[in-house]
Amino acid sequence: MLQPQFASVADVKERLHGAGYLTDDAIATTVFLADRLGKPLLIEGPAGVGKTELAKSVAAATNAELIRLQCYEGLDEARALYEWNYKKQLLRIQASKDDDSWDEIHDDVFAEEFLLSRPLLTAIRRTEPTVLLIDETDKADVEVEGLLLEVLSDFQITIPELGTIKAARRPLVFLTSNATRELSEALKRRCLYLHLDYPDAEREKAIVLSRVPEVAEQLAEQLVRTVRALRSLELKKSPSISESIDWARTLVALGLDTLDEQAVKDTLGVVLKHASDHERAATQLKLN
Amino acid sequence: MNGGGLLEREIAFLDALRVAGIQVSLAEVLDATRALGAIDLMEREQLRQAFSACVLKRPAHRTTFNTLFDLWFPPALGDSVAAEFAEEPQLDEDGDPMPADPSVLRELLKQLLLEGDEEKLRKFARQVVSDLGRSDSAPGRQSWFSYKVLRSLSPETLMASLLENLLAGQEKGGLAERVARQTINERIRQFQEMVESEVRRRLAEDRGVEQVSKNAVQPLAEQVDFLRASRDDMAELRRQVFPLARRLATRLTARRRLGRSGRLDFRRTVRASLGTGGVPIVTHHRPHKPHKPELVVLCDVSGSVAGFAHFTLMLAYALREQFTKVRAFAFIDTCDEVTRFFTPGGDVADALARMSAEAQLVWFDGHSDYGHSIETFAERYPDAVGPRTSLLVLGDARNNYRATALPTLRALVQKSRHAYWLNPEPSAYWGSGDSATAQYADVIEMVEVRNAVQLEDFVQRLLPA
Ligand SMILES: Nc1ncnc2c1ncn2[C@@H]1O[C@H](COP(=O)(O)OP(=O)(O)OP(=O)(O)O)[C@@H](O)[C@H]1O
Ligand SMILES: [Mg+2]
Repeated sequence: MLQPQFASVADVKERLHGAGYLTDDAIATTVFLADRLGKPLLIEGPAGVGKTELAKSVAAATNAELIRLQCYEGLDEARALYEWNYKKQLLRIQASKDDDSWDEIHDDVFAEEFLLSRPLLTAIRRTEPTVLLIDETDKADVEVEGLLLEVLSDFQITIPELGTIKAARRPLVFLTSNATRELSEALKRRCLYLHLDYPDAEREKAIVLSRVPEVAEQLAEQLVRTVRALRSLELKKSPSISESIDWARTLVALGLDTLDEQAVKDTLGVVLKHASDHERAATQLKLN
Repeated sequence: MNGGGLLEREIAFLDALRVAGIQVSLAEVLDATRALGAIDLMEREQLRQAFSACVLKRPAHRTTFNTLFDLWFPPALGDSVAAEFAEEPQLDEDGDPMPADPSVLRELLKQLLLEGDEEKLRKFARQVVSDLGRSDSAPGRQSWFSYKVLRSLSPETLMASLLENLLAGQEKGGLAERVARQTINERIRQFQEMVESEVRRRLAEDRGVEQVSKNAVQPLAEQVDFLRASRDDMAELRRQVFPLARRLATRLTARRRLGRSGRLDFRRTVRASLGTGGVPIVTHHRPHKPHKPELVVLCDVSGSVAGFAHFTLMLAYALREQFTKVRAFAFIDTCDEVTRFFTPGGDVADALARMSAEAQLVWFDGHSDYGHSIETFAERYPDAVGPRTSLLVLGDARNNYRATALPTLRALVQKSRHAYWLNPEPSAYWGSGDSATAQYADVIEMVEVRNAVQLEDFVQRLLPA
């Protein structure tokens, strides 16, 4: 049932790199362990540090299909697990002949063809390599955690009318969270945990260079240092890796090859999205 | 490390985490053991990460975790590495063993801080601790001190000349300087941490890990007294306030099942329709969503509880997302509504600054007056507290021997759904001096909440689920 995809931590690093995702020891080791131990991996961290991208890249690196459950307020079992196609069921019941017994009809309408499979069930039933991404778990209501807990403990789902469906092959599960709220201790205990933070300067520079190869190394270095200075300002929304990348693209598009004060002033809007952050940065960095 | 030895180390390390206040469950211990079987044990960072993935589930605990990991799984033994460091050709000018001359070492440190190579810096830290950090307190009995190292090298005083170098002619005072400073500060802090960690390692070799690890870790942010929290502690607490608010809200949420007014439950409806020839005569509905309660926070923001007030207002602010209606009132010797300062998505620091500038909190002399504040609250906001309201009073009840307005508070408590008074002062001091705790505790349940852990306990145990 457990079929590990990675041979070693180094193998994780190499293959993720091949898929365009640059890791460090922490990321590579944790992904390796999630794969080896067959445990779900909970990735927490600020917006835009590459949580979602990590799951996607693991799928790409292992030739697995990515199945994504996007969480939101109000997400329920019917959207996460499965649902009966009641319209089709009603049609079937109404079309039944008078001499059909209720039992027969019952067995009929609660059969596979009336079942609408949702991401969790779909992922569990697959026999090919699968990465299940449960994205932005903190956006879902607390009740959904209970549901996840059940599914992720035994990798099985019970449908009263059909019986228990057990994973033929465990999907590699990634849960992401922005930590806008704390997930339950029980869920955390069930998962391996990776706190993904802004990368160190070196790795961020490498990421920028790999995503925007046109940018000169010197400029990338300057850019990353400046972004780090911005992050130290206690802004409402600190610039993330996505913003670093966007900034590099912008500078390239404008044909700028050094990040002097004028260049920063002209392009700061790419990096800071809130007006109040913009003001605060301008004052503190004395960009007038 | 052989197999048996490793297992013992693991258990001892996990125990040390628990002693430091990090919960580790049995399931997590088992995970860690399996993880160690899967990784390359010779790779120390893999080992650290394997433990961290299995047992470290709150970012706020990372520093403590790392300190203890470095003690229980040290990167080196004894002096061995100093010799290794001496092989770095560019650092060893004469081919002699490194001299322990502080001025030469300072110059070397400057170079390393400029370069920013972490590995070299770490080796250097090891070397200087061995050269400068030792003191022989008694014959045959040595000790280790990071202050000796940091004082003779005083890395912070290198800032000016490092800036000069990094800025390389660029204008001072602007963006470039800010960026350069940031970079240098990061590296200096890194070096200081390396020295401290190295000193702990040497101490642990001399005195045993258990002994050193007990003293090595700072209290976790959630254990720090509100009334004594530093700025860093406050920043950490701020990060913890949202999760706490959520748990508080879940506890206060009344779960009421309201018959058939919820969403249609298709499965049950279809099943029922089998009995009526497929016509859904009887509809079934999902239980109603739990309704969100209303919260009123009445918060002392006088000087004696400044740290606590800061925290509780942040809490009230975080709670806004969890309750249908949150109203916050602050008082010193009179009371004003401050809800308007805490807009969703707003900045907490700004809100606090605006509140102190604009809210009417002082009426007479700016010393706490609970009695007058409570009367003002009841008078000016008569419909703030009702049968659906949870009322939280936050303060130390240090009332400067003034009137208490007990009957008014009693009436408020009776009108509300729940009412609690959270007091940040150690309960041992309650009732001493000008504390009106005893009187108030007669009419409202008073709980000692000195730190975030106690607040969480309060949330978990005292509030009705
Ligand atoms: N290690 C990395 N290697 C390469 N690119 C990366 C890496 N980390 C992040 N990125 C880039 O940063 C972008 C943002 O990442 P992603 O969308 O995964 O962030 P997130 O953490 O899921 O954010 P959110 O919390 O907002 O969902 C990605 O599109 C990717 O281009
Ligand atoms: Mg994402």
